[in-house]
Parts: sequence; C-alpha cells; structure tokens
Amino acid sequence: MDVGQLQRRFLDYTASLFREGFLDDQFNQLQQLQDESNPDFVVEIVSLFFQDSEKLLNNLTRALDQQSVDYKRVDAHVHQLKGSSSSIGAYRVKNVCIAFRSYCEEQNIQGCLRCLHQVKHEYSLVKNKLETLLRLEQQILAAGGSIPLMV
Amino acid sequence: MTRNGVFSRRQKLEKLDGFKSFDHPPPDSEELHVLAVDDSLVDRKVIERLLTISSCKVTAVDSGRRALQFLGLDEESSSVGFDGLKVNLIITDYCMPGMTGYELLKKIKESSTFREIPVVIMSSENILARIDRCLEEGAEEYIVKPVKLSDVKRLKDYITKEEGEGEKSEERVTLKRKFQDACDNSPSSSTPSSPTPSSPLSPFSSPLSSPSLLESPLRRLKTNDGD
Repeated sequence: MDVGQLQRRFLDYTASLFREGFLDDQFNQLQQLQDESNPDFVVEIVSLFFQDSEKLLNNLTRALDQQSVDYKRVDAHVHQLKGSSSSIGAYRVKNVCIAFRSYCEEQNIQGCLRCLHQVKHEYSLVKNKLETLLRLEQQILAAGGSIPLMV
Repeated sequence: MTRNGVFSRRQKLEKLDGFKSFDHPPPDSEELHVLAVDDSLVDRKVIERLLTISSCKVTAVDSGRRALQFLGLDEESSSVGFDGLKVNLIITDYCMPGMTGYELLKKIKESSTFREIPVVIMSSENILARIDRCLEEGAEEYIVKPVKLSDVKRLKDYITKEEGEGEKSEERVTLKRKFQDACDNSPSSSTPSSPTPSSPLSPFSSPLSSPSLLESPLRRLKTNDGD
C-alpha cells in the first residue's frame, strides 16, 4: 500500500472513531501537539492513559468487591479515570464515568457494578481502536509519509 | 466541534483596541516560566506539552507540597534558595490529594514574596461555588478541563502583556469565567472541517452566548454535563 492509501485509510478510520463517539475533539488537540521535535507525544500519552486506566480499573474492582463499600474511595478512582479519559479525548469512557459518579453519590451498588462493567467494556474498545490507529500512524511514517491532521 | 469559549472583560478591551495586541515580551526577554501542578500524570504531560509548544519553560510537579517546596515556601524544609528562576505563572489542578489547588492558591496569596504571581486553577468540575471561591481568593482564571492549546495561548498572551506593561489593577478586579460548549464534546459536532479555536476578538462565538448570558456575564448558566 502506498503512502497516499495509508493516509486515506488513517483519515477514514479516525473519522469513524469520531463519528462513533470513541474519540472527541480533545484527541485532535493532542495530535496537534505532536511534531518533529516530539514525534511520539501521542503514543506516550496514550500509553500513560492505558497504564493509568488499568490500575484504576483494578482498584475499582477491588473497592466494589468489599463487604462494606467505601463509596468515597470508589468515587475518587472514577474521578481520576474521568479526568484522564477526558484529557485524551476518550469520549465514551468519560461519559460512563459521569454516570458512574452519580451512582457513587447515591451509594447504589448495582448501578456502580453496572457502570464498572460498562466502563471496562468501553475502555477495552477504545484501547483496541487507539492501538489500531497508532499502528496505522506507524505504517505511514515507515512508508516515509507524514500523519495527516484532522483539523 | 467542542470549543471552550472564554469571557473576560480583558478581551472586550482588546477588541476596543482595534488591533491585535502587540507582543510585549517580559522585560528581560526570557521565556515565561510556568509552574504546573497536577497529581495526574496524564494531565501533567499534557499541560507540560501545551506550555512547551507555546514557548514556555515548564516545571511540573505532582502536588501542592512540592510546588511550595519549589518556591521555597514549604515550612517543613529550610529555605531552599534555589537558583532564583522566576516563576511567571502557576497553573494548578483543583482536586489533588493532600493539598487542593485552592489551598495552594491561598498559601501563595498569603506570601508577600509570591502573591503577585498569577495563579490559574484547572478543574474538570464546573461548580459555580468553587469557581467563585477561587476567583475571590485571587485566582486569575478558572479553566474547565480538558485544557486546550487556545487556553494556554490566551494565558500566555495575558501574562506576557502584564509582565511587559506592569499594570495589573483593572485585570485583577475582573472576574473571569470560562465557558464551555453546551453540547460539550459532542462527537457529532466534531467534523474534520472544524474551525480553529476562537480568536480573542470573538469571545462570544460560543453557542452559549445567548442574550441572557450576556446580561449576567459573570455567571455560568450551563449546569449539565452530569457533574
């Protein structure tokens, strides 16, 4: 596949991720922060997000598994996850976190467990998609092309 | 496309000026040095990059305590006497374990040495009482996360201008607000042909610029976003 085709594929894929709500404009913002002097910025941030999220999801699972659930603690974790997902533009993950926090406030265990399940699902989806996206970027760069910006 | 509109009296003044503000570099023509405080690693990296790409020197720390240590204000450690790198702006997250951004703000404003340094609060939560509290305590601005490049550019222009002209009075009294799109981050409104962030001359281009908002410019009326 030539560079042009790869770039088109990348743009199409990115567009679909926006359309389907996996990513929002904040992801565009991050792409704009990447340049020759910092060519791995997006990869680095996304990797940090993955690490952070996995840790938080583990913490959440444990916290909700307790006999006596500490909802403040659960909320604190969700707040963090909401923050980082918002910062990288993981729109659907962020939205589940918003609902999740409401259930924490209500101390609604069923609601919380449902949200935990949902947020894990959304996280794994967006993780998958971001990995695909970043792979496409790498292919473009390896073929000597530059990454087109969606502005 | 999501756009965080900004309202401030300062921008109205710029509009009245009739021309784009000149570049007033700080007196010693050095880059602005910004102290960024955030406990989230992801956010710290983002703000650091936003500032660096805007030609600022950045020191990023993960807590209010470390920020105070850096400034030499921490009571527990003896005066560090660091190499006198002047800090032109402090930008801090609100929600942090240990010391909140608000508590950090208070400590800075209580210090005779550092109270003149502009402090900006960042928060993912759009809570009016919190915004008021911060501004009353002397914060320059309260930015709702996620922080964008246009926010940083705007801050930098503002701080640079202040450093160059040395005037603060009018700006200091102004209560500034940051407005967010009603259709917050809606992906359906994110199109590839989205316009670039708003220019200083059109602060009212956000969909929130309804007449009622303009009547009470210092109050955010948006209450959704489920927070």
